[in-house]
This record gives sequence, C-alpha cells and structure tokens, in this order.
Amino acid sequence: MTSATTAHSVVEPSAATRRFAGSLVVLYAVITMIPLVWIMLTAFKSPDDAISYPPKVMFKPSLEGFCNLFTTRSRQTPDFIRSLGPPQGLCDSIARSRNMVVAGPSNYVPRFVNSLIIAFGSTVLAVALGTLSAYGFSRFRVPLKDDLLFFILSTRMMPPIAVAIPIYLMYRTVGLSDTRLGMILLYTSVNVSLAVWLLKGFIDEIPREYEEAAMIDGYTRFQAFVKVVLPQATTGIAATAIFCLIFAWNEYAFAVLLTSGNAQTAPPFIPIIIGEGGQDWPAVAAGTTLFLVPIVVFTVLLRKHLLRGITFGAVRK
Amino acid sequence: MAEVEINAVSKAFGKAQAVSGLSLTVGDGEFVALLGPTGAGKTTALRLIAGLERPDCGSIRIDGRDVTGDAPADRDVAFVFQQYSLYPHLTVFENMAFALRAPTRRVPEADIRAKVQEVARLLHIESKLHNKATQLSGGQMQRVAIGRALVRSPSIYLMDEPLSSLDAKLRGELRLELKRIQVDLGATILYVTHDQTEAMTMASRIGVIEAGRLMQIGSPREIYENPVNAHVAARLGQPTINLLPAALFAGVPAGVETIGARTEHLTIGRGGGDVSATVKRVEHLGDQSHLHLDLGGRPVVTLADPEAGLGAGDEVSLRLNKPLFFDAKGWRVAA
Repeated sequence: MTSATTAHSVVEPSAATRRFAGSLVVLYAVITMIPLVWIMLTAFKSPDDAISYPPKVMFKPSLEGFCNLFTTRSRQTPDFIRSLGPPQGLCDSIARSRNMVVAGPSNYVPRFVNSLIIAFGSTVLAVALGTLSAYGFSRFRVPLKDDLLFFILSTRMMPPIAVAIPIYLMYRTVGLSDTRLGMILLYTSVNVSLAVWLLKGFIDEIPREYEEAAMIDGYTRFQAFVKVVLPQATTGIAATAIFCLIFAWNEYAFAVLLTSGNAQTAPPFIPIIIGEGGQDWPAVAAGTTLFLVPIVVFTVLLRKHLLRGITFGAVRK
Repeated sequence: MAEVEINAVSKAFGKAQAVSGLSLTVGDGEFVALLGPTGAGKTTALRLIAGLERPDCGSIRIDGRDVTGDAPADRDVAFVFQQYSLYPHLTVFENMAFALRAPTRRVPEADIRAKVQEVARLLHIESKLHNKATQLSGGQMQRVAIGRALVRSPSIYLMDEPLSSLDAKLRGELRLELKRIQVDLGATILYVTHDQTEAMTMASRIGVIEAGRLMQIGSPREIYENPVNAHVAARLGQPTINLLPAALFAGVPAGVETIGARTEHLTIGRGGGDVSATVKRVEHLGDQSHLHLDLGGRPVVTLADPEAGLGAGDEVSLRLNKPLFFDAKGWRVAA
C-alpha cells in the first residue's frame, strides 16, 4: 500500500523520511555489529590467520581457538610426541601439530559457571529487593521519601570503583573476599538502586484501584501485591532484570580486585588466556564469543517485554 | 445484606476537609444514592465505608458490628469503581471469580463456576467470559465491573458513579437493569452519583452532599419538592432552578432574600403577570423548548411549549406559582 491509498495524518512521517530514518538505523546497527562479527570470525581463525596483515575475511575455519580455550597444553619434543599413541580427540591432534600435548582442562568452564551463579544470583536478589522497595515507595507514605530515593540514586553517582579499596578491606575482614556470596552481595548492592528507580516508575503506572479492588475482594495487601501488581509489572521486571544482568555479567574492575582462585568470574579470566603460549587471539575471541551467549539468550527470551519496557514506563516518569 | 450505619464520620486530607460529620444509615435492602457535585466528598464517603480510608473521627457499623478499624477484606463489602478497574491480565471469568477465589473464602471451584455463569447471564455477558478484560467495549467492561461485585453477597454494595463513563443510551439501559437486579436480589446499595436522573430513578432515598456535609436525606420526591436549602434545590430539576433576588417581586414573606423558581413555579403569559421579561433565546430540544429570559438583567431559564411561537426579543410576563423561598444564607423559609 502506498501513502496515496491510505489515510495519512500530517503528524506521521512521510515515506521518504521513514526510509531515511530506516537506513540510519541499519547503518548504526552495521557499525555496532562490526566488532562483534570480527570477534566471532577471529574465534574460528588459526593463530596465524588472526594476526595476518591485511586482515583475512575469507579463511579456513579452525577450532584451535576453542581447543586452546578449554585446555591447557605443554610443549614436548617431536620425538616424545611420536612415541605417544594416536591423538585423543580433535584438540589433541591440533596441539600435536604444534609440538604440544593436552595437559588437562583449562579454568574457563569453572570461571564461566562462577559468572552464571554470581550474575543470575545478584540479578534475582536485586530485582526482588528492588520490586518490594519500589512498591513501598510507590504506595506508602514513607517519611523522608524524596530524600531516601535521592540517597538510593546517589549511590550510582560515583564510579563504583571509587569505593573499591574500602570494600576490599571490608571483604578481607569479614571473609567475603574471593567468595561467590561476596560477589553476589556486591553486585546486588550496586544494582538495587537502579532496580528501585526503574521499577518505581513502572509500579507508579499501575493504578492503585486494582489493589484496592483486590483488598475489598478479600485479599490482604501482600496477596493483592502478588496477584495483581506483580503480573502487571512483568514488563518492568523483565527490563530491570536485563539491565541488572548485563551489569553483573560484564563487571570487570571489582572482579579483578576481589576474586582470584575461587570465585573468579569470566571477565578477568578471559584476558589471562592470552599469556599462555604466545599471543593466542583465537582463544580469547572464542572465550568472548561464548561469554556473549547467556546475555543473548536471556535477552531474546525476554525481548517482548524488554522492548515495551524500555519505550514505556521507564522513560515516561 | 445488612444495615450500615455511619456515625459522625469526618476525614481530612491535609488541609482539605473531604467529609465532615457525616451520619447516614442505609437500611437492609435499601437503595440510597449520594448526590453531589465533583469534589463534594461522595467518593471519600464510600471509601471510608469500604475501609480504603481511615476516618479521623466517628464510627462505622455494618450489621451492628463496629468495623471502623477493620481492613477492607474483613468488612464484607463490595465496591464498583468508577473506572471499572478490571484486572487487565485476567479474563472476564477470572475477573468475576477473583473475589470468590480469595484465600479466606475457600469457595469450591464448581460453585464459583456456577455463580459466575449465573451473574454473567443476568448481565448478558456470558459470551464474553473467556475474553481478556481489556478486549471489551466500555459498556461490557462496566457490566463486568458490576458483575464482579454481584457474584458476592456482601453486606452492602458500594457503587462509585458506575455508569458515568458510558454513553447516554447505554447508561439508560444499565440504569434500568441495575434497579431490576437490586429489586430481584433485595440488595443493599449505596450509590454515588452526580447525575440527578440516576438518583431520582433508582434510589429509594437520596442524600444530597455538598462540601463534605450531608445537606439533606429523604425520598426523591421529598428532596425535589421540599429542599432544605438552595444547594439542594439546585441539585435537582431540569432546567436548574432559577434563584432570583426577592426584590424583583412584590409580596414576598419577610426575611426572604432569594426566590427559587423551577419551571413549574413559573407561568408565562403575554401580559398580566407579576413581572415582565425579555426572551433572549429559544433552544428547541424537540419535545420541549428551553426558554432563556432576561428578567431585570438576571438570566432565567424555563421550559416553554414549542407551539407557543416565542422568539428572541419578545416581551413576556411571568407569574410566580408557589415558588420556594430562601433566606440570606440560602436556608429555606416557609411560604
């Protein structure tokens, strides 16, 4: 259908404007996608292809990066390697072609699991606490409400790393250094202010009359909250959860400072890979590519809510 | 169903006094309408009875039991909100079943199903039971909102302008239906409205409320014919009562400052009346005409026979026929 055959309001953009806006969006998307595509391509290159100049766009795909990501290897003499039996699996044969043998699994999987537990754990906590406090701020006459809300927001005004040293010392004293619980609590405390503010906007939009109706219908306030407010706040909760998860998942500075052998997450681990056996860019790229997967999956699962969430509630207030 | 008794209840929001010294008894099976302009405190009165607001002073008794401090859930009242307030994430059936499914009630699922079906039939929304509440027209939503209250048998139904957001035709239909249902069920209803037609046609008693005070309560006829003051008189009657300075007329009783003249109090003639007035405008409404007159600089609106052939600029004479008299403060003075 063309604009000539449909009713066309003057406030709607013309077809030409629409095409121009559309091409700008596509251009922006392409520009932001280039580093991602580059990383994914590098993950499947051999180490030589990864550093060749000019960069190769067409290359022979290799799983060496992934093998190096998941294993540790030791260098051996060709004579020793020849004395071994047949290679055990794909990674072993790749390693042998470089005069190495697979010595064992790398730390990537445990670090990745730490990341999952810490990021999802802190997201669940931050969203749960945030929803309850946002409801309280939205519905009750809280003394000093505006000051409290400002105080909560003000915790986001400085870079979190400004408090890194006090937190490091506190954590060492109470024994939370290098523990998953410590990281969950830390990320929760950073995220909860964002969660309160985002969710308060969403809950303010839900008319009180729904809860009042439910309370007259024989429900307590908490039952009304669960039955009536929560289902209507799903959009806001989903959007908030994604923001919290992305922060906790990507956080690097505190993770470097506070974790090492036990609770280390993937972000501080990935750059370490490069030190093992030369400039192993494909392994780093493979680690980064896999690191993207949970966020992509989570966002795709919640995308219906996310889109509505970002464009409504949060912005309107 | 039960008797509801409100005794000297007051409620202020900050400096604004919403309800002051309200006393009102709604008898078992009675339909009482609270009539008043926007901001008169009608809704606050309902919310106080429902327990959504705590009174500053006074007490509320339902069925003889003092419920002043009770939570809304413990009062056994049903509320129909002005803006429907249907739960948007639930279907029509789930909306209507919501109260029956409250954890404290423990109604068996089969009974819930039967009750919702029965009420849906009563309100002609059976075919919509499995729609989402948001996929209905305004009239259907309002029926669901009423149905959500009707599935219960509470002490009292509290209705806050339930028909105000409907178009005129639908409002007329639902008005009749609501009255029929009330009679059939013998329900006790306290109904808040600013629409005099709704109050006049449905209520067994009307309470006129103004600036948080109950001015007068009585049968529709009593309120209409015997208003205690000019406020109450101005609430009822179409066109609105004309309040004219007593000085314009001769032979009014002592102490009368204002004369209230409704259409039936005014006889229009072509000369020979008490005073003469000029026709400013005639509004033809089909079955009747509104006659806008100028009486010594004062506007007067009354009904006229469309056949009278009056037009702008005509001189007419007016004669008062047992009008209402008010003193300087607006209170009624006996004729």
